[in-house]
Amino acid sequence: MEVKSEASGPKATRVKTEPRVNSENQTYKLRAKNIDVFYGDFQAIHDISLDIIDNSITAFIGPSGCGKSTFLRLFNRMNDYIDGFSMNGQILLEGQDIYDPSVNVEELRKKIGMVFQKPNPFPKSIFENVAYGLRIQGIKDKDFIEQRVVESLKQATLFEEVKDDLDKQALALSGGQQQRLCMARTLAVKPSVLLMDEPTSALDPISTAKIEELITELKKKYTIAIVTHNMQQAGRISDNTVFLYMGKLVEYGDTQKIFTNPEKDRTQNYITGRFG
Amino acid sequence: MGLTATILCLLILAIFIGFIIYQGVGRLSWDFLISLPSRFAERSGIYTAWIGTLWVLVLTTLISFPLGVGAGIYLEEYGKKNKLNKFLEINIANLAGVPSIIYGLLGLEVFVRLMNMGSSILAGSLTLALLILPIIIVSTREAIRAVPSTIKEASVALGASKWQTIWNQILPASFGGILTGVILAISRAVGETAPLIVVGALAYVPFAPQGPLDEFTVLPIQIFNWVSRPQHEFAINAAAAIIILLLITFIMNGIAVYMRHRWQRKIDW
Amino acid sequence: MNVKEKIIEKILAFCALVTVFTTIGIILILAIEAVGFFSQVSIVEFLTSTKWTPLFTQKSYGILPLLSGTFLTTVIAISVALPVGLTIAIYLNEYASKRFRQILKPLLEILAVVPTVVYGFFALMIVTPFLKTFIPELSGFNALSPGIVMGIMIIPFVSSLSEDALSSVPNSLRQASFGMGSTKFQTAFRVMVPAASSGIVVSAILAVSRAIGETMIVAIAAGQQPRFGFDPTVPIETITAYIVQVSMGDVPHGSLAYKTIFAAGITLFIFTFILNNISYWIKERYQEEYE
Repeated sequence: MEVKSEASGPKATRVKTEPRVNSENQTYKLRAKNIDVFYGDFQAIHDISLDIIDNSITAFIGPSGCGKSTFLRLFNRMNDYIDGFSMNGQILLEGQDIYDPSVNVEELRKKIGMVFQKPNPFPKSIFENVAYGLRIQGIKDKDFIEQRVVESLKQATLFEEVKDDLDKQALALSGGQQQRLCMARTLAVKPSVLLMDEPTSALDPISTAKIEELITELKKKYTIAIVTHNMQQAGRISDNTVFLYMGKLVEYGDTQKIFTNPEKDRTQNYITGRFG
Repeated sequence: MGLTATILCLLILAIFIGFIIYQGVGRLSWDFLISLPSRFAERSGIYTAWIGTLWVLVLTTLISFPLGVGAGIYLEEYGKKNKLNKFLEINIANLAGVPSIIYGLLGLEVFVRLMNMGSSILAGSLTLALLILPIIIVSTREAIRAVPSTIKEASVALGASKWQTIWNQILPASFGGILTGVILAISRAVGETAPLIVVGALAYVPFAPQGPLDEFTVLPIQIFNWVSRPQHEFAINAAAAIIILLLITFIMNGIAVYMRHRWQRKIDW
Repeated sequence: MNVKEKIIEKILAFCALVTVFTTIGIILILAIEAVGFFSQVSIVEFLTSTKWTPLFTQKSYGILPLLSGTFLTTVIAISVALPVGLTIAIYLNEYASKRFRQILKPLLEILAVVPTVVYGFFALMIVTPFLKTFIPELSGFNALSPGIVMGIMIIPFVSSLSEDALSSVPNSLRQASFGMGSTKFQTAFRVMVPAASSGIVVSAILAVSRAIGETMIVAIAAGQQPRFGFDPTVPIETITAYIVQVSMGDVPHGSLAYKTIFAAGITLFIFTFILNNISYWIKERYQEEYE
């Protein structure tokens, strides 16, 4: 992992704190400042800066290969494992640079949870899937774990369906259930931000509807960033929308506005399905 | 033509094994298993040999299993795509091709002489462990690579450290494959003769070994010793001992094949 | 927590480094003992003398007889293993049904798991007497019988490596050949085999390396008479069999006779090392071809 974060070079020891309040009195959960991302010689992200507001849903849209997944994965440093990855710029979580060398990546990922494109439950029981995040933190208190597992499953609206067979293999669940299990698994760690990388792309419409409902519900407590290639989905659930094209930020703003009256022609063309 | 060749090979194998059984099965008895070796063919048994083989099997496993799996994990999960890793890979590929008797020379100089272990079970087991290390490493890597990266990502995204992910997710998911490779490697070690002869395992050991620093013999060496004698009775002893050796080998391979089969079915994610 | 992770990584790295120590160890001990040997025996004699009699009173240290013995058994083994192994590979890959292949392959693998000492027994007790019925002048110990048996042993090795090479040829090539009206046979031998040639060459080289290093079959059935020549019917001795012969005897540590096994060992090591690296090099280059 060569994380070349130039911003955290010489002034690395000093953790910078930035004002988190904007003019409309909303607080920023996450701020990205002048982000460039490279895979080897290829530049995947070009100088993107944007702020993500507390307790809102921000959707990232754009044609495949535009860098939206790469961008999302910057927030929990999942790109660190990719060969040849390097970046410039800063990502601030509640004012603190998450690429600062003093940051404990494991702790960071407990605060910023992630749900993936394909449901990826562990080949263990339903219970153990949800308990995993707690167990790796060294928590041994059985009652506490059980209580948290139930609570998380309820939060993910899965509990009623699986309450009688928590010991069953997670892989035996349907795709939609598996994805909600993955949500419960993430929620059990009590993150404050949820990153979702096309969480419904592998699911049928009914499961998708359930997940969307769940996401909207979760907004009350969490800051959510979601990558989707489904335009309607972005329109239905998000408060703000980011449109990326070829690694560049084309437009970012209120979802309503982007979908009805975008500033850029390219956004208009993409949203109306003329390309992408 | 291809079918003929295949069948011919299997036929030859069948003739070989049939011949062995025909020659040796009459000599098999409880006495044969619990008798010490003797100058007289009909009084000789394979007690010291199979006890020696058992010792070697256990010690070799204890040494090579953690080393091989550890190295496999390192190369697959920690090793970066740099020159050092490439060098390690070429080196392992090379070691896999080094004739077993060369390992014997290594064991003779390093374990027997330099480390002063003498021609002991420990020296022999260390030698065989090095010999089968490349096999275990390669199969460990393959098994780990078969674990979907989505599992790894899910674990890491929940805040698990690298080792927590390896220990809690990757190893349990790849364990069947790793074990298959280890069993195959050990079964190879059990059949090895040349390196142990070079290390100094004896053809004639009057008593069964009591500990890892005792002198020893193993089944293949006992067989070699009997085959080398001109008297026909010893050849029969050899055939009988071969039946036992083949049984051990086939059982171990059978278990490995069965496990591989089961494991491949299980990881249908 | 982080300290624990670091320690674990160090431990695992050490496991990987054991393989490096092994290689260094092999090269060092062979080199050191060989240097000791060559300080007493001229390298010219070693490479040119046609007599190898270190254990006799009339001592002579020419490696050529051991090399010719090794060469002889290897050539015989390869001339058995390569055609048969390749034929089987082509059959399994191009002709056999999937189900039949699943039965045949594990059966063939049995050939590879039988311990070599058992093959030695086969060579001495079955194959030599059998060959004697055709070649009456064949000695009880000879190069022919262990060579053939070694070949049989290596067959699954050749066939599985060649099969891998064949199956990595893109299917489109086969379709194209069929599309032009070629028969199965023509497709197999004119299209598939040439397309997989580098992989097949790799399997042949590795098979040679395997045959050179094989020990027990020749130690049991080929005899212990270092003899410079290429007659497969008389007793000979290979490099490996010589090392076994000395190891079975009572040669005092540090004596010149003791050092001869390392001189023989380093010769063996150099040959197999070169062959293995050639095959590795070909494999690296060839893997890119179809990706």
